Amino acid sequence: MITFLSAIGHSAIATLTKTGRGALFLKQTLTCTPSVLCQPRLISKQLFSVGVLTILIITISGLFVGMVLGLQGYYILSDFGAEETLGVMIAASLVRELGPVVSALLFAGRAGSSLTAEIGLMKATEQLSGMEMMAVDPIQRIVCPRFLAGCFSMPLLAAIFSMVGILGGQLVGVSLLGVDEGAFWSQMQSSIDFYDDILNGVIKSVVFGFVVTWIALFEGYDAIPTSEGVSRATTRTVVYSSFAILGMDFILTALMFGDI
Amino acid sequence: MQNSKSLETLVGLFVVIGIGALLFLGLNVSNLASYSDTDGYTITARFENSGGLKVRSPVSVSGVRIGRVTAIDFDNTSYESVVQMKIGAQYNTLPDDSSASIFTAGLLGEQYIGLQTGASEEYLTQNSELELTQSAIVLEEIIGQFLFSEKEN
Repeated sequence: MITFLSAIGHSAIATLTKTGRGALFLKQTLTCTPSVLCQPRLISKQLFSVGVLTILIITISGLFVGMVLGLQGYYILSDFGAEETLGVMIAASLVRELGPVVSALLFAGRAGSSLTAEIGLMKATEQLSGMEMMAVDPIQRIVCPRFLAGCFSMPLLAAIFSMVGILGGQLVGVSLLGVDEGAFWSQMQSSIDFYDDILNGVIKSVVFGFVVTWIALFEGYDAIPTSEGVSRATTRTVVYSSFAILGMDFILTALMFGDI
Repeated sequence: MQNSKSLETLVGLFVVIGIGALLFLGLNVSNLASYSDTDGYTITARFENSGGLKVRSPVSVSGVRIGRVTAIDFDNTSYESVVQMKIGAQYNTLPDDSSASIFTAGLLGEQYIGLQTGASEEYLTQNSELELTQSAIVLEEIIGQFLFSEKEN
Protein backbone atom coordinates (compact mmCIF):
# COMPACT_ATOMS: atom_id res chain seq x y z
CA MET A 1 0.00 0.00 0.00
CA ILE A 2 2.74 2.39 1.02
CA THR A 3 4.79 1.52 -2.04
CA PHE A 4 1.73 2.11 -4.23
CA LEU A 5 1.15 5.53 -2.68
CA SER A 6 4.80 6.47 -2.98
CA ALA A 7 4.78 5.39 -6.64
CA ILE A 8 1.87 7.76 -7.29
CA GLY A 9 3.63 10.51 -5.38
CA HIS A 10 6.85 9.93 -7.25
CA SER A 11 5.22 10.18 -10.67
CA ALA A 12 3.18 13.23 -9.60
CA ILE A 13 6.29 15.05 -8.39
CA ALA A 14 8.15 14.05 -11.56
CA THR A 15 5.31 15.42 -13.73
CA LEU A 16 5.16 18.65 -11.75
CA THR A 17 8.90 19.26 -11.88
CA LYS A 18 8.92 18.56 -15.60
CA THR A 19 6.10 21.04 -16.14
CA GLY A 20 8.01 23.57 -14.07
CA ARG A 21 11.20 23.01 -16.06
CA GLY A 22 9.20 23.40 -19.26
CA ALA A 23 7.73 26.69 -18.09
CA LEU A 24 11.15 28.00 -17.01
CA PHE A 25 12.57 26.91 -20.36
CA LEU A 26 9.81 28.81 -22.18
CA LYS A 27 10.45 31.88 -20.05
CA GLN A 28 14.18 31.80 -20.82
CA THR A 29 13.43 31.36 -24.52
CA LEU A 30 11.02 34.27 -24.56
CA THR A 31 13.44 36.58 -22.75
CA CYS A 32 16.02 35.87 -25.46
CA THR A 33 13.55 36.74 -28.23
CA PRO A 34 14.38 40.48 -28.64
CA SER A 35 18.13 39.92 -28.96
CA VAL A 36 17.60 37.06 -31.41
CA LEU A 37 15.26 39.17 -33.53
CA CYS A 38 18.24 41.49 -34.12
CA GLN A 39 20.09 38.60 -35.77
CA PRO A 40 17.75 37.64 -38.62
CA ARG A 41 20.40 35.42 -40.21
CA LEU A 42 20.11 32.91 -37.34
CA ILE A 43 16.34 32.77 -37.84
CA SER A 44 16.44 32.53 -41.63
CA LYS A 45 18.71 29.49 -41.41
CA GLN A 46 16.16 27.79 -39.17
CA LEU A 47 13.26 28.94 -41.32
CA PHE A 48 14.88 26.94 -44.09
CA SER A 49 15.12 23.69 -42.15
CA VAL A 50 11.81 24.10 -40.31
CA GLY A 51 9.67 25.77 -42.95
CA VAL A 52 11.01 25.36 -46.46
CA LEU A 53 11.76 21.65 -46.12
CA THR A 54 8.23 21.05 -44.77
CA ILE A 55 6.49 22.67 -47.76
CA LEU A 56 6.63 19.56 -49.91
CA ILE A 57 4.78 17.25 -47.51
CA ILE A 58 2.31 20.03 -46.65
CA THR A 59 1.52 20.69 -50.31
CA ILE A 60 1.07 17.07 -51.26
CA SER A 61 -1.09 16.20 -48.25
CA GLY A 62 -3.12 19.38 -48.71
CA LEU A 63 -3.78 18.50 -52.33
CA PHE A 64 -4.98 15.01 -51.51
CA VAL A 65 -7.04 16.06 -48.49
CA GLY A 66 -8.78 18.65 -50.68
CA MET A 67 -9.36 16.14 -53.47
CA VAL A 68 -10.85 13.58 -51.08
CA LEU A 69 -13.08 16.25 -49.54
CA GLY A 70 -14.26 17.19 -53.03
CA LEU A 71 -15.03 13.59 -53.92
CA GLN A 72 -16.81 12.63 -50.68
CA GLY A 73 -18.59 15.96 -50.38
CA TYR A 74 -19.89 15.67 -53.92
CA TYR A 75 -21.40 12.22 -53.38
CA ILE A 76 -23.21 13.30 -50.21
CA LEU A 77 -24.28 16.74 -51.41
CA SER A 78 -25.54 15.47 -54.77
CA ASP A 79 -28.08 13.32 -52.89
CA PHE A 80 -29.69 16.56 -51.77
CA GLY A 81 -29.17 18.33 -55.08
CA ALA A 82 -26.85 20.79 -53.36
CA GLU A 83 -23.61 20.23 -55.29
CA GLU A 84 -23.12 23.99 -55.56
CA THR A 85 -22.36 24.21 -51.85
CA LEU A 86 -19.36 21.92 -52.35
CA GLY A 87 -17.05 24.95 -52.35
CA VAL A 88 -18.39 26.13 -49.01
CA MET A 89 -17.99 22.69 -47.48
CA ILE A 90 -14.41 22.28 -48.68
CA ALA A 91 -13.32 25.80 -47.80
CA ALA A 92 -14.97 25.88 -44.37
CA SER A 93 -13.63 22.52 -43.26
CA LEU A 94 -10.14 23.31 -44.55
CA VAL A 95 -9.84 26.85 -43.28
CA ARG A 96 -11.38 26.24 -39.88
CA GLU A 97 -10.20 22.79 -38.92
CA LEU A 98 -8.23 20.62 -41.31
CA GLY A 99 -5.76 23.27 -42.44
CA PRO A 100 -4.43 24.20 -39.00
CA VAL A 101 -4.79 20.74 -37.42
CA VAL A 102 -3.45 18.47 -40.15
CA SER A 103 -0.60 20.78 -41.04
CA ALA A 104 0.30 21.04 -37.34
CA LEU A 105 0.31 17.23 -37.06
CA LEU A 106 2.53 16.98 -40.13
CA PHE A 107 4.69 19.78 -38.77
CA ALA A 108 5.12 17.90 -35.48
CA GLY A 109 6.13 14.76 -37.34
CA ARG A 110 8.39 16.39 -39.87
CA ALA A 111 9.92 19.42 -38.13
CA GLY A 112 9.25 18.81 -34.42
CA SER A 113 10.91 15.41 -34.32
CA SER A 114 13.98 16.68 -36.16
CA LEU A 115 14.29 19.63 -33.77
CA THR A 116 14.19 17.27 -30.78
CA ALA A 117 16.71 14.90 -32.31
CA GLU A 118 19.04 17.74 -33.25
CA ILE A 119 19.05 19.39 -29.84
CA GLY A 120 19.07 16.06 -27.99
CA LEU A 121 22.12 14.98 -29.96
CA MET A 122 23.81 18.32 -29.29
CA LYS A 123 23.24 17.66 -25.61
CA ALA A 124 24.45 14.05 -25.84
CA THR A 125 27.65 15.10 -27.59
CA GLU A 126 28.10 17.88 -25.01
CA GLN A 127 27.98 20.67 -27.56
CA LEU A 128 25.57 22.60 -25.37
CA SER A 129 27.88 22.36 -22.34
CA GLY A 130 30.75 23.35 -24.60
CA MET A 131 28.88 26.49 -25.58
CA GLU A 132 28.22 27.31 -21.96
CA MET A 133 31.95 26.94 -21.26
CA MET A 134 32.60 29.54 -23.95
CA ALA A 135 30.04 31.85 -22.31
CA VAL A 136 27.64 31.46 -25.23
CA ASP A 137 24.07 31.00 -24.03
CA PRO A 138 22.80 27.88 -25.85
CA ILE A 139 19.20 29.00 -25.38
CA GLN A 140 19.89 32.25 -27.15
CA ARG A 141 22.10 30.75 -29.84
CA ILE A 142 20.39 27.41 -30.53
CA VAL A 143 16.92 27.24 -29.03
CA CYS A 144 15.41 30.66 -29.53
CA PRO A 145 15.99 30.99 -33.32
CA ARG A 146 14.37 27.57 -33.83
CA PHE A 147 11.47 28.56 -31.62
CA LEU A 148 10.82 31.78 -33.56
CA ALA A 149 11.17 29.98 -36.88
CA GLY A 150 8.60 27.39 -35.79
CA CYS A 151 6.09 29.99 -34.59
CA PHE A 152 6.51 31.99 -37.77
CA SER A 153 6.41 29.21 -40.35
CA MET A 154 3.41 27.33 -38.92
CA PRO A 155 0.70 29.86 -39.98
CA LEU A 156 2.29 30.14 -43.41
CA LEU A 157 2.32 26.36 -43.80
CA ALA A 158 -1.31 26.12 -42.68
CA ALA A 159 -2.31 28.80 -45.20
CA ILE A 160 -0.48 26.94 -47.98
CA PHE A 161 -2.23 23.73 -46.91
CA SER A 162 -5.67 25.34 -47.06
CA MET A 163 -4.99 27.02 -50.39
CA VAL A 164 -3.70 23.86 -52.05
CA GLY A 165 -6.59 21.90 -50.54
CA ILE A 166 -9.19 24.27 -51.95
CA LEU A 167 -7.53 24.15 -55.35
CA GLY A 168 -7.46 20.34 -55.14
CA GLY A 169 -11.15 20.31 -54.25
CA GLN A 170 -11.84 22.57 -57.19
CA LEU A 171 -9.87 20.23 -59.44
CA VAL A 172 -12.03 17.26 -58.46
CA GLY A 173 -15.35 19.06 -57.98
CA VAL A 174 -15.31 21.40 -60.97
CA SER A 175 -13.03 19.77 -63.49
CA LEU A 176 -13.88 16.10 -62.93
CA LEU A 177 -17.37 15.99 -61.44
CA GLY A 178 -18.82 19.01 -63.20
CA VAL A 179 -19.94 21.35 -60.42
CA ASP A 180 -20.53 24.83 -61.81
CA GLU A 181 -17.37 26.87 -61.32
CA GLY A 182 -19.09 30.20 -60.70
CA ALA A 183 -21.38 28.73 -58.02
CA PHE A 184 -18.43 26.92 -56.45
CA TRP A 185 -16.50 30.15 -55.87
CA SER A 186 -19.33 32.61 -55.29
CA GLN A 187 -21.07 30.46 -52.67
CA MET A 188 -17.71 30.02 -50.98
CA GLN A 189 -17.07 33.76 -50.96
CA SER A 190 -20.47 34.60 -49.58
CA SER A 191 -20.34 32.03 -46.78
CA ILE A 192 -16.75 32.19 -45.56
CA ASP A 193 -16.16 35.17 -43.32
CA PHE A 194 -12.70 36.71 -43.23
CA TYR A 195 -12.63 37.48 -39.51
CA ASP A 196 -14.65 34.56 -38.17
CA ASP A 197 -13.20 31.82 -40.32
CA ILE A 198 -9.85 32.75 -41.80
CA LEU A 199 -8.37 34.84 -38.99
CA ASN A 200 -9.49 32.27 -36.42
CA GLY A 201 -7.76 29.59 -38.49
CA VAL A 202 -4.59 31.67 -38.52
CA ILE A 203 -4.80 32.17 -34.74
CA LYS A 204 -5.19 28.42 -34.32
CA SER A 205 -2.13 27.71 -36.43
CA VAL A 206 -0.03 30.25 -34.52
CA VAL A 207 -1.03 28.58 -31.24
CA PHE A 208 -0.24 25.13 -32.63
CA GLY A 209 3.13 26.31 -33.95
CA PHE A 210 3.96 27.77 -30.54
CA VAL A 211 2.96 24.60 -28.67
CA VAL A 212 4.61 22.13 -31.05
CA THR A 213 7.94 23.98 -31.21
CA TRP A 214 7.93 24.47 -27.46
CA ILE A 215 7.35 20.75 -26.81
CA ALA A 216 9.91 19.73 -29.43
CA LEU A 217 12.65 22.03 -28.17
CA PHE A 218 12.00 21.29 -24.51
CA GLU A 219 12.01 17.52 -25.04
CA GLY A 220 15.33 17.83 -26.88
CA TYR A 221 16.80 20.10 -24.22
CA ASP A 222 15.53 17.89 -21.41
CA ALA A 223 16.46 14.57 -23.02
CA ILE A 224 18.61 12.04 -21.21
CA PRO A 225 21.94 12.49 -23.04
CA THR A 226 22.24 8.96 -24.40
CA SER A 227 21.22 7.57 -27.78
CA GLU A 228 18.28 5.81 -26.16
CA GLY A 229 17.26 8.97 -24.32
CA VAL A 230 17.27 10.98 -27.56
CA SER A 231 15.18 8.38 -29.36
CA ARG A 232 12.64 8.36 -26.50
CA ALA A 233 12.53 12.15 -26.46
CA THR A 234 11.80 12.19 -30.20
CA THR A 235 8.94 9.75 -29.75
CA ARG A 236 7.57 11.79 -26.85
CA THR A 237 7.69 14.94 -28.96
CA VAL A 238 5.47 13.47 -31.65
CA VAL A 239 3.06 11.87 -29.17
CA TYR A 240 2.74 14.88 -26.84
CA SER A 241 2.49 17.34 -29.74
CA SER A 242 -0.31 15.35 -31.34
CA PHE A 243 -2.22 15.20 -28.06
CA ALA A 244 -1.64 18.89 -27.45
CA ILE A 245 -2.77 19.83 -30.97
CA LEU A 246 -6.00 17.83 -30.80
CA GLY A 247 -6.81 18.96 -27.26
CA MET A 248 -6.05 22.61 -27.95
CA ASP A 249 -8.07 22.40 -31.14
CA PHE A 250 -11.16 21.38 -29.22
CA ILE A 251 -10.71 24.20 -26.71
CA LEU A 252 -10.00 26.81 -29.39
CA THR A 253 -12.94 25.67 -31.51
CA ALA A 254 -15.25 25.85 -28.49
CA LEU A 255 -14.00 29.36 -27.72
CA MET A 256 -14.13 30.63 -31.30
CA PHE A 257 -17.13 29.01 -32.91
CA GLY A 258 -19.28 27.81 -30.03
CA ASP A 259 -21.12 30.24 -27.79
CA ILE A 260 -19.82 28.75 -24.57
CA MET B 1 28.54 32.78 -49.58
CA GLN B 2 26.78 31.36 -52.61
CA ASN B 3 25.23 28.72 -50.40
CA SER B 4 23.81 31.18 -47.88
CA LYS B 5 22.49 33.31 -50.75
CA SER B 6 20.47 30.45 -52.20
CA LEU B 7 19.27 29.53 -48.70
CA GLU B 8 17.98 33.03 -48.22
CA THR B 9 16.31 32.94 -51.62
CA LEU B 10 14.47 29.74 -50.70
CA VAL B 11 13.40 31.20 -47.35
CA GLY B 12 12.19 34.32 -49.15
CA LEU B 13 10.25 32.17 -51.60
CA PHE B 14 8.67 30.29 -48.69
CA VAL B 15 7.58 33.50 -46.99
CA VAL B 16 6.21 34.90 -50.26
CA ILE B 17 4.24 31.72 -51.01
CA GLY B 18 2.90 31.65 -47.46
CA ILE B 19 1.75 35.25 -47.50
CA GLY B 20 0.40 34.74 -51.01
CA ALA B 21 -1.66 31.81 -49.71
CA LEU B 22 -3.04 34.01 -46.91
CA LEU B 23 -3.94 36.70 -49.44
CA PHE B 24 -5.59 34.08 -51.64
CA LEU B 25 -7.65 32.89 -48.69
CA GLY B 26 -8.55 36.46 -47.80
CA LEU B 27 -9.46 37.74 -51.23
CA ASN B 28 -10.61 34.71 -53.19
CA VAL B 29 -12.17 32.45 -50.59
CA SER B 30 -13.71 34.81 -48.04
CA ASN B 31 -15.99 37.78 -48.28
CA LEU B 32 -13.23 40.29 -47.56
CA ALA B 33 -13.43 41.74 -51.07
CA SER B 34 -17.07 42.71 -50.53
CA TYR B 35 -16.20 44.70 -47.40
CA SER B 36 -14.71 47.38 -49.59
CA ASP B 37 -17.92 49.38 -50.13
CA THR B 38 -17.03 51.85 -47.40
CA ASP B 39 -18.44 55.06 -48.85
CA GLY B 40 -22.16 55.35 -48.97
CA TYR B 41 -25.05 56.58 -46.91
CA THR B 42 -27.00 54.99 -44.09
CA ILE B 43 -30.77 54.64 -44.03
CA THR B 44 -33.00 53.03 -41.45
CA ALA B 45 -36.22 51.05 -41.59
CA ARG B 46 -38.48 49.79 -38.81
CA PHE B 47 -39.90 46.30 -39.02
CA GLU B 48 -42.46 44.62 -36.83
CA ASN B 49 -40.38 41.47 -37.15
CA SER B 50 -37.00 41.27 -38.81
CA GLY B 51 -36.95 37.46 -38.78
CA GLY B 52 -33.60 35.86 -39.49
CA LEU B 53 -32.03 39.01 -40.90
CA LYS B 54 -28.38 39.36 -39.89
CA VAL B 55 -25.77 42.10 -39.89
CA ARG B 56 -24.15 42.11 -43.37
CA SER B 57 -27.22 40.62 -45.01
CA PRO B 58 -27.60 42.07 -48.52
CA VAL B 59 -29.92 44.93 -49.48
CA SER B 60 -31.09 44.71 -53.06
CA VAL B 61 -33.24 46.52 -55.60
CA SER B 62 -34.54 44.57 -58.60
CA GLY B 63 -32.26 41.71 -57.63
CA VAL B 64 -29.09 43.81 -57.65
CA ARG B 65 -27.19 44.14 -54.40
CA ILE B 66 -26.79 47.84 -53.56
CA GLY B 67 -25.80 47.69 -49.91
CA ARG B 68 -25.63 45.74 -46.67
CA VAL B 69 -27.33 45.71 -43.29
CA THR B 70 -25.01 47.36 -40.76
CA ALA B 71 -26.98 47.11 -37.50
CA ILE B 72 -30.16 45.60 -36.10
CA ASP B 73 -31.50 47.07 -32.85
CA PHE B 74 -34.64 46.73 -30.79
CA ASP B 75 -36.67 49.86 -30.05
CA ASN B 76 -37.73 49.74 -26.40
CA THR B 77 -40.69 52.08 -26.80
CA SER B 78 -42.35 51.01 -30.02
CA TYR B 79 -41.29 47.33 -29.75
CA GLU B 80 -40.01 47.26 -33.27
CA SER B 81 -36.81 46.13 -34.85
CA VAL B 82 -34.74 49.02 -36.21
CA VAL B 83 -32.56 47.97 -39.12
CA GLN B 84 -29.75 50.21 -40.35
CA MET B 85 -28.36 49.63 -43.80
CA LYS B 86 -25.57 51.18 -45.78
CA ILE B 87 -26.29 51.91 -49.44
CA GLY B 88 -23.47 52.37 -51.93
CA ALA B 89 -22.76 56.02 -52.83
CA GLN B 90 -23.47 55.53 -56.53
CA TYR B 91 -27.10 54.51 -55.82
CA ASN B 92 -28.17 57.99 -54.78
CA THR B 93 -31.38 58.37 -56.77
CA LEU B 94 -33.68 56.06 -54.81
CA PRO B 95 -37.10 57.73 -54.24
CA ASP B 96 -37.81 58.47 -50.58
CA ASP B 97 -41.18 56.72 -50.67
CA SER B 98 -39.55 53.38 -51.50
CA SER B 99 -40.67 50.47 -49.37
CA ALA B 100 -38.56 47.75 -47.75
CA SER B 101 -39.50 44.12 -47.34
CA ILE B 102 -37.64 41.17 -45.93
CA PHE B 103 -37.44 38.28 -48.35
CA THR B 104 -35.90 34.85 -48.23
CA ALA B 105 -33.61 33.72 -51.02
CA GLY B 106 -35.07 30.38 -52.05
CA LEU B 107 -37.04 28.22 -49.66
CA LEU B 108 -34.29 27.79 -47.09
CA GLY B 109 -31.81 30.47 -48.11
CA GLU B 110 -30.66 33.48 -46.13
CA GLN B 111 -32.88 36.53 -45.65
CA TYR B 112 -32.26 39.85 -47.34
CA ILE B 113 -33.92 43.25 -47.64
CA GLY B 114 -35.57 44.03 -50.95
CA LEU B 115 -36.41 47.66 -51.75
CA GLN B 116 -39.33 48.50 -54.05
CA THR B 117 -38.80 51.89 -55.60
CA GLY B 118 -41.56 54.47 -55.24
CA ALA B 119 -42.49 57.42 -57.43
CA SER B 120 -41.41 60.41 -55.36
CA GLU B 121 -39.15 63.14 -56.77
CA GLU B 122 -37.24 63.35 -53.50
CA TYR B 123 -34.32 61.00 -53.01
CA LEU B 124 -33.17 59.02 -49.99
CA THR B 125 -30.20 60.63 -48.24
CA GLN B 126 -28.09 60.02 -45.13
CA ASN B 127 -30.26 59.01 -42.13
CA SER B 128 -33.50 58.86 -44.13
CA GLU B 129 -36.08 56.49 -42.79
CA LEU B 130 -38.16 54.18 -44.93
CA GLU B 131 -41.82 54.56 -43.94
CA LEU B 132 -43.29 51.58 -45.72
CA THR B 133 -42.00 48.25 -44.51
CA GLN B 134 -43.12 44.67 -44.65
CA SER B 135 -41.99 42.20 -42.02
CA ALA B 136 -40.23 38.95 -42.57
CA ILE B 137 -42.46 36.02 -43.35
CA VAL B 138 -42.28 33.51 -40.53
CA LEU B 139 -43.05 30.09 -41.90
CA GLU B 140 -44.60 28.83 -38.67
CA GLU B 141 -47.11 31.72 -38.62
CA ILE B 142 -48.22 30.97 -42.15
CA ILE B 143 -48.63 27.29 -41.39
CA GLY B 144 -50.54 28.21 -38.23
CA GLN B 145 -52.86 30.53 -40.15
CA PHE B 146 -53.38 27.92 -42.82
CA LEU B 147 -54.32 25.25 -40.29
CA PHE B 148 -56.62 27.69 -38.49
CA SER B 149 -58.49 28.61 -41.72
CA GLU B 150 -58.76 24.93 -42.64
CA LYS B 151 -60.41 24.25 -39.30
CA GLU B 152 -62.95 27.02 -39.83
CA ASN B 153 -63.89 25.63 -43.20
